[in-house]
Amino acid sequence: MNSKIMDIKKIEVWDGNMAASQAFRQADIDVVAAYPITPSTPVVENYATFEANGYIDGEFVMVESEHAAMSACVGAAAAGGRVATATSSQGFALMVEVLYQAAGMRLPIVLAQVNRALAAPLNVNGDHSDMYLGRDSGWINVSTFSPQEVYDLTLCAFKIAEHLDVRLPVNINQDGFMSSHTAQNIRTLDDKTACDFVGPYKAVNAMLDFSKPVTHGVQTEEDWHFEHKAKQHNAIMRSVKVIDAVFAEFKALTGREYKRVESYGMEDAEIAIVAFGTTYETAKIVVDNLKKEGINAGIIAPRIFRPFPLEELAAQLQNVKAVACLDRSAPGGTVGALYNEIAGALFNSPARPVLSNVIYGLGGRDMTVSVLTGIYKDLVKEAATGKLNGTIQRFVGVRGPELNYYNA
Amino acid sequence: MSGNKVIKNLKSFSTAAERFEGSHVLCPGCAHSIIVREILNATNDNLVVSASTGCLEVCTAIYPHTSWDCSWIHIGFENSSTAVAGAEAMNKALRKKGRIGADVPEPKFVAFGGDGATYDIGFQWLSGCFERGHDMMYVCLDNEVYANTGGQRSSATPIGASATTSPAGSTSYGEKQNKKDIIQIMAAHGSPYVAQVAPNKWKDMIKKIHRGFDTKGPVYINAMSACTTEWKFAPHETIEVSDLATDSLVFPLYEIIDGTELNITYRPKNIVPVRDYLGAQPRFKHLFKPEYEYLIKEWQERVDAYWEYLQRREEARV
Ligand SMILES: Cc1ncc(C[n+]2csc(CCOP(=O)(O)OP(=O)(O)O)c2C)c(N)n1
Ligand code: SF4
Ligand SMILES: [Mg+2]
Repeated sequence: MNSKIMDIKKIEVWDGNMAASQAFRQADIDVVAAYPITPSTPVVENYATFEANGYIDGEFVMVESEHAAMSACVGAAAAGGRVATATSSQGFALMVEVLYQAAGMRLPIVLAQVNRALAAPLNVNGDHSDMYLGRDSGWINVSTFSPQEVYDLTLCAFKIAEHLDVRLPVNINQDGFMSSHTAQNIRTLDDKTACDFVGPYKAVNAMLDFSKPVTHGVQTEEDWHFEHKAKQHNAIMRSVKVIDAVFAEFKALTGREYKRVESYGMEDAEIAIVAFGTTYETAKIVVDNLKKEGINAGIIAPRIFRPFPLEELAAQLQNVKAVACLDRSAPGGTVGALYNEIAGALFNSPARPVLSNVIYGLGGRDMTVSVLTGIYKDLVKEAATGKLNGTIQRFVGVRGPELNYYNA
Repeated sequence: MSGNKVIKNLKSFSTAAERFEGSHVLCPGCAHSIIVREILNATNDNLVVSASTGCLEVCTAIYPHTSWDCSWIHIGFENSSTAVAGAEAMNKALRKKGRIGADVPEPKFVAFGGDGATYDIGFQWLSGCFERGHDMMYVCLDNEVYANTGGQRSSATPIGASATTSPAGSTSYGEKQNKKDIIQIMAAHGSPYVAQVAPNKWKDMIKKIHRGFDTKGPVYINAMSACTTEWKFAPHETIEVSDLATDSLVFPLYEIIDGTELNITYRPKNIVPVRDYLGAQPRFKHLFKPEYEYLIKEWQERVDAYWEYLQRREEARV
């Protein structure tokens, strides 16, 4: 790192956006190409301010759209250097075409995604519809629950993406406003330690290496397309080993431990909720309360959404009698994605807990302790009877008549 | 040796080291390949090239083959400009950081796009790159149609042409809109160098490409690219049809420096009637029905007026 060192305290008060920007700065990125959108705008603004004050010696390209941001990232990454960007919601939606291309071209780009609802109606608040939109794009998808995790896992993201056994883009998700605009004490690394942890960029097939001209982004039809996609799938499936190794290295450095599936209170849990993002933090409080009442509740969150930790999730749910899968995205005519995936994880396992799907929190509707407590109380009944209380799918926290779908 | 390659005659072209190899599946007689080959062979510098989705891309990079003996990238239909801009930014970054030494010669960044990619779907990306001032040359291979997907209209398709989405029929003469004046639009971006070229006037073209390579900042080249398949002439007639295009002044050859200084670079000795240009291409066949005579007349008037305009601008230097 040759740019000016920033004097940061061991503990800083940062929101999730600042945490992402600082991790970007410390990762010594070569090219950031970006476009602003609420709630991820501050990631880009902070980075611009770092640049304006001499803390960035790479290139910062303010492009004219998110599609162009990801296009420039692809061009820059193929040229041979470290690349990142940030976006949310509509911006992410506009990027989708290029997200698939970035993954298919095996380019290790890091995206700080601040999750926000997809229009219509237009809404700037957090839900997971944008994260779900990109779930089949071939990116490694990481879910964070707090600004500290955004900081830590953004640093890890570069290491995972750029690992020679992986070479895939990584998307670090955080909840719009709940994480992005909530300031918290962050345990930091100094610039040198953080930068050394990420390590130097290793170029592969760089367009700027003229000793070996390469062709990126070829045409393949029925003769070779399938093999390319199979290899790409194999790479993301195999990235598990690298993810675990990077998490272990991060723990050795900081003492902070990350797992591909996070859980709380699951040791003796008879009922469990599975959810992404900041809901995990709220549910921990509810789990503590319930345990005091003698209810053995637990919470599970897939830290890594892709590659999906199917086996680990199934293993954690073996002794549970009732599970609610919480999806913070409008499923558009079916059960929620998380429900589907948990059902898929359990189907070939011995355990068959009662499985329900709760749609919640769309467009930033709060997920409160009381709503979560209500869901757990339903699970208590389901665990006792071994049957669903009502339908498989229900909406919580929404005004108007009750919305229940699919009978068991 | 770096810099522009001296090309005195056609022989020096044919003996130049190939960076665009023959192993492509463009139609025989396709002008895309002539233009691309001439551009790539006009410099000794290292090249980072991009192409948008279109005939050029699908015919030259079919896995496991490639026609490109240079660094090359394709992302999508609309973003060849931004792909190369990203690489150009990376080059700057790595030089600033010292990961590419000052002794390593600067490469050239070239983006190719069809007229569909340029005038239509990729226009925003192109405009963004020019506004930001990336050091790159954007070359539009203008065959006035979406050739790769079978001949649909673009905003470069001229009025009266029959395209599959603006077909001539018993009640239609085909395309209804006039072609977008992309060259003026790109000059208005403040580009330091904008030019129209045609492969049949290869000396003029190479001069402009050399100038483009020597210019810092975003350079726009509109290359007329006759398409045997969609313009519907025989593969061996590419240069003849191109001659009709430049000599009828349907494709006038000129350049604009710094947005103001306009130079006409080719003045045909004998200006041929637009009618002859149209007559050589079955895409305009229906215009020769008596009821559409007026369109040919209007077309001639438009070409005359534009030529007059170019001459006045050249004189006025504004
Ligand atoms: C986003 C998107 N829309 C549409 C297409 C389909 N498509 C591919 S190439 C093409 C036309 C290309 O036309 P042009 O840019 O003029 O290039 P040409 O093939 O004529 O050289 C179209 C419509 C695509 N690949 N991507
Ligand atoms: S269709 Fe036209 S542009 Fe495409 S390869 Fe054939 S001649 Fe060239
Ligand atoms: Mg075309």
